[in-house]
Amino acid sequence: MDVYISDILLNAPFEIVVLTALIVLVLESTRGTRPNISSWTSIGGLSLAAVAALTNLGASVETFGGMLQSGGFANYYGALFCISAVMTILFSRNYFERQNYHRGEAYILLLFATLGMMVIAASNDLIMIFLGIELMSICLYVLAGLFRHRDRSNEASLKYFLLGAFATGFLLYGIALIYGSTGTTNIASIRTAFPHVSHDLLFLTGSGLLLAGFAFKIAAVPFHMWAPDVYEGSPTPISGFMSTGAKAAAFAALIAVFSRVFGPSENAVHQIIALIAAASMIAGNVVALAQSNLKRLLAYSSIAHAGYMLVGLAAGTADGQIGVMYYLAVYALMNLGAFGIIGALETENDQNLQMDDYAGLSEREPVLAACMAVFLFGLAGFPPLAGFFGKYYVFLAAVKARLLWLAVIGVLASLMSAYYYLRIIVFMYFEKTKAESVPISVPMSVRWTVIFCAVLVLLFGLFPSVIVQTVLRVLF
Amino acid sequence: MLENYTPIFLMIGVAMAFGIVMSKVNEILGPKRRNSDKYSTYESGMEPLRSTRERFSIKYYMVAMLFIVFDIEIVFMYPWAVTYKHLGFSGFIVMASFIFVLLLGYYFVWKKGALEWD
Amino acid sequence: MISELSIALVLLPLLGFLFLGLFGARLKNEKIIGFLGSAAVGISFILALFIFAQMAAAGPEQRKYTVNLFTWFSAFTGSPGGLSISAAYQIDQLSILLTLIVTGVGFLIHIYSIGYMHGDPGFWRFFAYMNLFIFTMLNLVLADNFVLMFLGWEGVGLCSYLLIGFWYEKKPAGDAAKKAFIVNRIGDIGFLLGMFLIFAAFGSLNFDTVFAGASSVSRNNSTMLWICLLLFLGATGKSAQIPLFVWLPDAMAGPTPVSALIHAATMVTAGVYMIARCSILYAAAPAALTVVAVVGAATAIFAATIGLVQNDIKKILAYSTISQLGYMFLALGVAAFSAGIFHLMTHAFFKALLFLGSGAVIHAMHEEQDIQKMGGLKKYLPVTYRTFLIGAIAISGIPPLAGFFSKDEILWKTATGDQGSWLLWFVGLLGAILTAFYMFRLVTLTFEGEPRFDEHRLHPHEAPKTMTVPLIILAGLSIAGGWIGIPHANALEHWLDPVFAPAQMKLLASESGSTGLEIILMIVSVSAAAAGIYAARRLYLQYPGKERAAAKRFPVLYRILSQKYYIDEIYDAVVVKPIASISEKILWKGIDKGAIDGSVNGAASFISSCAQLLRKVQNGVAQFYAVMFVGGILFILTWLLFR
Repeated sequence: MDVYISDILLNAPFEIVVLTALIVLVLESTRGTRPNISSWTSIGGLSLAAVAALTNLGASVETFGGMLQSGGFANYYGALFCISAVMTILFSRNYFERQNYHRGEAYILLLFATLGMMVIAASNDLIMIFLGIELMSICLYVLAGLFRHRDRSNEASLKYFLLGAFATGFLLYGIALIYGSTGTTNIASIRTAFPHVSHDLLFLTGSGLLLAGFAFKIAAVPFHMWAPDVYEGSPTPISGFMSTGAKAAAFAALIAVFSRVFGPSENAVHQIIALIAAASMIAGNVVALAQSNLKRLLAYSSIAHAGYMLVGLAAGTADGQIGVMYYLAVYALMNLGAFGIIGALETENDQNLQMDDYAGLSEREPVLAACMAVFLFGLAGFPPLAGFFGKYYVFLAAVKARLLWLAVIGVLASLMSAYYYLRIIVFMYFEKTKAESVPISVPMSVRWTVIFCAVLVLLFGLFPSVIVQTVLRVLF
Repeated sequence: MLENYTPIFLMIGVAMAFGIVMSKVNEILGPKRRNSDKYSTYESGMEPLRSTRERFSIKYYMVAMLFIVFDIEIVFMYPWAVTYKHLGFSGFIVMASFIFVLLLGYYFVWKKGALEWD
Repeated sequence: MISELSIALVLLPLLGFLFLGLFGARLKNEKIIGFLGSAAVGISFILALFIFAQMAAAGPEQRKYTVNLFTWFSAFTGSPGGLSISAAYQIDQLSILLTLIVTGVGFLIHIYSIGYMHGDPGFWRFFAYMNLFIFTMLNLVLADNFVLMFLGWEGVGLCSYLLIGFWYEKKPAGDAAKKAFIVNRIGDIGFLLGMFLIFAAFGSLNFDTVFAGASSVSRNNSTMLWICLLLFLGATGKSAQIPLFVWLPDAMAGPTPVSALIHAATMVTAGVYMIARCSILYAAAPAALTVVAVVGAATAIFAATIGLVQNDIKKILAYSTISQLGYMFLALGVAAFSAGIFHLMTHAFFKALLFLGSGAVIHAMHEEQDIQKMGGLKKYLPVTYRTFLIGAIAISGIPPLAGFFSKDEILWKTATGDQGSWLLWFVGLLGAILTAFYMFRLVTLTFEGEPRFDEHRLHPHEAPKTMTVPLIILAGLSIAGGWIGIPHANALEHWLDPVFAPAQMKLLASESGSTGLEIILMIVSVSAAAAGIYAARRLYLQYPGKERAAAKRFPVLYRILSQKYYIDEIYDAVVVKPIASISEKILWKGIDKGAIDGSVNGAASFISSCAQLLRKVQNGVAQFYAVMFVGGILFILTWLLFR
């Protein structure tokens, strides 16, 4: 079993991220923490990795003895994760500084978490998926508890860890059962074995457990309970990263396993996914209506969005996969941007997070308010913003796959969601600033990142074919 | 196909039954003398002094975690060592980079002071 | 080469808009803002000239280019009913001509605006909007499909709205902006429905595909008739024709350069362009052409009669614009497409000139717009007077100025074309007399005779160079612009011929009438115009009080004319009030408040009580979360194994 140079070249994005992480690690340990240097190094490395990923969007090739799959699919996600991480770092720098906790370790953890996500998206083997999920999750457990001196942060970290370990157990057991029934952990081999085991008890149990494990990571009902507590307690930019990057990674795994193995045929697993999707859309949106804390609100909204994306998977068709991949990209932009703005306006001790703290934001911070409005309209799915096309594609796929009931639930649920998204906009634009609200200075780097996200949300809405063409190229 | 698992289920059943029966038999048959000495916590013949819910220093955990990391390194190295000749030079490179990454982690841990007891 | 140039041509004004919109407020210097805004359009004009030169150099066969930027969106491509829309520009003889007019006249008006808008707090905003307008207008004329054209169509409507309401702190401006927008929406519905029908009929919205399909459909096809009528409804909205013309006079509340650029020279001619572009569709439905001709002729004379008695200098010009647009539609309606475009071009020159001149007058008179309070301005504003006079002669149709050639061409084709009739010709001729009359009433009352304002308090002075130079250039164009369309050596018609040839073929149009008749008609129309001019000068110069006497003599007629036939009031009573009361009493109080709000509120309160209930589940205890997790797994496994 030789390691070929071509394998190493094909996996350049990984190596760049690993090297960056190691460099930051050494930098951090030699002369004490120097967060500025660490963060800029991380941003540089991640950007480079994103570029390296984007330059190779060709057909997928098996590397490292069939463990990893390099090429378009992996690199599409790789670029998505790297860009999300870059934005998260850009938001975090200022956030950590204002919260008096600016340490370089956070960036090392972010880099390794990103690497874990990339491994998940690239893996061609259940073991690699497991490895990636663990790498990502362990880093995120620590990141959630980064503010050690705060109860909420500790609570978030502990809950995430306990439940995450619990879910990992089921995931691993699922993998073991699938191995037991098919004799392999290689996804391509499982795909070949699928016709023989499609009604096998062990195999079905294994897939069910695997599905539950992934559903935990994407925070789908009923495996979602951790998400609101964890998102609320974690440092805000990290919540944004968890709700976009980690979710996208788990979706990559879902597509890799379920779409590739089960194919478009109608079967029980797709029915289960459809049920989970419906439950997530309904529960996420309904509970979000009752929230007044913005981080918690976005946590529930992210549960609902996991539901929308699952609709595309439930369809099981190529259309559905395209929809999911488009959705993931634009959702990442919108949610990161929204969390970025929330983080930028948050003051010490979790203050300034309530909805009425945003009253009159359009007067105080017209640019940020406008961007926030773009993100919220996008999340609600108003045309011509990118969020609309995301929903359009997944619902269209569901209709084509004769899942009309699911599409109807989806449309009704997004109608419901418009209510709470618009409520924030109403606060920002039609309410007077509260007398006691403190002015906040938002640095230019955060502003420009937010504007960049908003512009992309607009552009991807106006020209959805840009992404869709890329996805098409990557998938087929 | 479930019949393949019959021995396992049988085994589980027997083991559980054995455990339950044994502890119950002990409870029924054993002699019972109820006095305060019998009901106090046994601790090597010493009087229990404080609450047993005591917090250990974080240092123990640090050492334990580091131990696991390097322990697993050794676990990886065993099969590698066995097939070393078969793997050849590329196998060496792979293991060397693995150990290098681990060493960097060790360096980090060292510099951050996780190895200092006081 | 041409594709790069054309992309740059379109994008430059957009860049101007973005730059001025984002940073304009910080650029305190008016000179820089004015320069950037004008330069964006000016360079576009130069690029358009470049493209034009290349096209002229190429043979007539190679004068059509399609520049595909990207696929804008697509749905179900490959299957029947599939739709794919590209952002693509089509450069041909017609669109390059319009591009030259839009950027050329636009550039001059931008320059003029530097002087006109001097000192306005919204200076940067004005230039940003103007650049955005040029960008959207270019999209409208260069689009190669109906959807992109519609985007431009809506875009210019938006800019028009923004610019009419530019001084939004004044209530009339805000009201006029709303009125323009709403009236245009009615027309837009027609355009949209027309587009839907086109897609249903041809399965595409691309010009080439649709027009190729249209050239093979049978004549007098009812679908085609509906398509054409609906598109024409759209055109009546944008181009202020009966019945949707009411917004244009009110639109004069905007700054004068806006009136010149948008409400005279370019945007309002979009409807004319659209119908000319779709000439082949109309050729398949000659009945629709007749409707266009009748509506055009009716509007021409109708608006001209209103123009006779107005006293606001800009309102007179506005009605004159409506009337001249009527001429253009008359030309289109009698299948004289190139004559219509010809008049569009000459009209852009002299009407822009007249508006800018009126702006100079208003400026000099300190925002006074009533011509009854002017007079004798000739000596104060020599340049404005001379150029304005040239514009007035041009619009009246006196040779050899521009208006004569285009108007004469229209009247000749109306009289002799297959689609025309002598009745329409007569109406057109009557309109020409009225045009000459009200224009010279305007000139005489404004510039000649004794001043009717307090000369001691008000000292009108000539406008600055940035304003007079565009006037002089436009005056030159108003004189010479018609020479490219001299009968029997008609370069313009020759140039546009490839665009309109399919429609002419389909209509089997034939030239009838002799040169002798042509000359006779020419003499008739010129003498009619001369009679109008003479009458106006005699009446207002020698018997200044006569108008009032005439008004007393025919009080009802005068009232009707000065109140614009009470059209606004009629619309208000017949359309606006009933709709408002229906929407208030039935839709709002009955259906909306009662039925919809009731059910929505009911649903909302039901959902929010569900939300409160579900919220309780989230109790923060991690063990309970794990229980839920296990419950989920049990559910999944049960479903999978025992379904």
